Amino acid sequence: MTATSASSPSASSSSSSLSSPASVSARPAAGPPRGRRWLPFSPWHLLLAPLTLIFAIPLIWLLLSSVMSNAEINRFPPALWPSGIDLGGYRYVLGNAMFPRWFANSLIVSVVAVASNLLLGSLGGYAFARMRFAGSRVLLGLMLATMAIPFQLTMIPTFLVMKRLGLIDTLGALIVPSLVTPFAVFLLRQFFLSLPRELEEAAWIDGCSRLRVLFLIVLPLSRPALSTVAVLTFLTTWNDLTWPLIAINHDTQYTLQLGLTTFQGQHHTQWSAVMAGNVITVLPVLLAFLFAQKSFIQSITSSGLKG
Amino acid sequence: MSRLPTPLTLPDHGHAHDDHNARTSNDNTRDAAPSAAGKRPGQGAPRRRLRGESATAWAFVSPSVLIILGLSVVPVAWSLLLSFQADDLVTPSRWVGLGNYRALVRDPHFSQAVRNTLLYTALYVPLSIGLGLLLALVLNQRIRLVGVYRTLIFVPFVISATAQGVLFSFILDPEFGAANSVLHKLGISAQGFLTDPGQALLVLVAISLWSGTGFCVVVTLAALQDVPPSLIEAARLDGAGRWHLLRHVILPALAPVIAFLLLWQTINALQVFDLVYVTTKGGPLGSTTVIVYFIWEQAFKNFTAGYGAAAAYALALALLLIAAVPRVTRAVRGRRENHRLEGAAR
Repeated sequence: MTATSASSPSASSSSSSLSSPASVSARPAAGPPRGRRWLPFSPWHLLLAPLTLIFAIPLIWLLLSSVMSNAEINRFPPALWPSGIDLGGYRYVLGNAMFPRWFANSLIVSVVAVASNLLLGSLGGYAFARMRFAGSRVLLGLMLATMAIPFQLTMIPTFLVMKRLGLIDTLGALIVPSLVTPFAVFLLRQFFLSLPRELEEAAWIDGCSRLRVLFLIVLPLSRPALSTVAVLTFLTTWNDLTWPLIAINHDTQYTLQLGLTTFQGQHHTQWSAVMAGNVITVLPVLLAFLFAQKSFIQSITSSGLKG
Repeated sequence: MSRLPTPLTLPDHGHAHDDHNARTSNDNTRDAAPSAAGKRPGQGAPRRRLRGESATAWAFVSPSVLIILGLSVVPVAWSLLLSFQADDLVTPSRWVGLGNYRALVRDPHFSQAVRNTLLYTALYVPLSIGLGLLLALVLNQRIRLVGVYRTLIFVPFVISATAQGVLFSFILDPEFGAANSVLHKLGISAQGFLTDPGQALLVLVAISLWSGTGFCVVVTLAALQDVPPSLIEAARLDGAGRWHLLRHVILPALAPVIAFLLLWQTINALQVFDLVYVTTKGGPLGSTTVIVYFIWEQAFKNFTAGYGAAAAYALALALLLIAAVPRVTRAVRGRRENHRLEGAAR
């Protein structure tokens, strides 16, 4: 009785909801033909294509000029398109012993920073998420507060600290401050909190140590958060110029960014070599981005919005 | 501009969640007491292990805590101390009290740096957010190749400020650059760009827009896609046109993201340095000397570290005020509203 009386209103509501999707779907169906009447594609492309080109042209120009000869670049007015592929710039830059060295330095600093942020960030984030210890709230609050400290407020004393430690002019001065960021700890903590506790608790009761639980159960489930930390850490360390500029004087210890800007200052008229060096500086990040685009964009939007 | 977002600014949903979790973890430890242990077998962990827990936790957090606090709290205090001293980074420093701050107020180079930074920020922040919003709205349409457009617009963001600076120094080189070559073909006379004191700062804004707009686009686009379709559908069924939909449904839904971008872009713009160092080194005629460049120059080029630290403290204070403004206005507005309500009640 009640079932049938209940079913009749639901039937009427389902019929009304049937009619609304029909009207909804009728709209988009009616939309495209209106646009397609005078163009074989959406008119938005007329706006988007030139706008996007503005973003792409400087990068295309970077690639083109790196394979031009200096003669082509230095005549007036300069050529806008290479007449052939001239690898002189690359040969000069790679033969110049410094660029490979700078590349290696940048790679060492970035890889160590990524690995240690993942490790220390996971350990710290896990303890803050799941373990109880005296002062954990205060400590977490303090760590969060340090994210608001602008870098230029700490850069002079950090230089003095590194000097006392004897690290100035070594890669150590670049590595130590980037070993772990409050961002990594906090982001991983938030992610760990979102995981169900039951899995960990079962393992814990079975006698697994916290460390084993973290490495065998929690981290394999945390791939999205770990990749966010890895991507953002790599991007910031690889791209940084300010701190290497302060901490490094000797050119054997330069990173690529510092080397590139110095190289430009010294080879002011050899633009094709400078652009070849620039391509080498940009390439790792660009390739990483193109291969892991989705993860890049997710990292950046999620870190900005959700934390 | 490649400084990346940190999860500080938005009232995140994580917090509610996190409080909830904290509460349950409290319950757990209480449950560990034998009386409750029987009720929930899965959480009746022996007490012994809880006692060892604290030591393990400290072992887990101490590397992060040492590095993060050691390289932030110590320098912040040291910086404050430095700002009251004359220090050349080598010989022992001398106490000068408020001398650095007094000199800062009177220094025409510092006030020029402040003016340049404010102009850069006032141009870059609204333009990047506005352009980002427009592009995001267009990219949110259902058209082909949207993924390609989005990728191309975003790519400059991942490129370092150094690479951008070197690239644009070349493109905008008055003699050998492609920009003047194109202008020449269009019959326009050659421009100075970064070498022209009247143009340099504007050119820097343009370069920053080239690389920074993609970030705003991607963030805004993500928020746009989170606007519930039912909301839009409901408005449409109520007869809302395109403009009304934008004005009354979509923009209000984007308000938190735009507020975040406003704060984020402002904080980053006030700290611009790498691009300036690579392209103009503060010149020509100091027309692009921004505050952080001024600080760097004082501390590491002129070796007047105390003076640089004082300038850094001035900037940090300004940043703190800016970060606090939204909170304060919200509080004030809330109170005013309360007053109004109370008045109405009376």
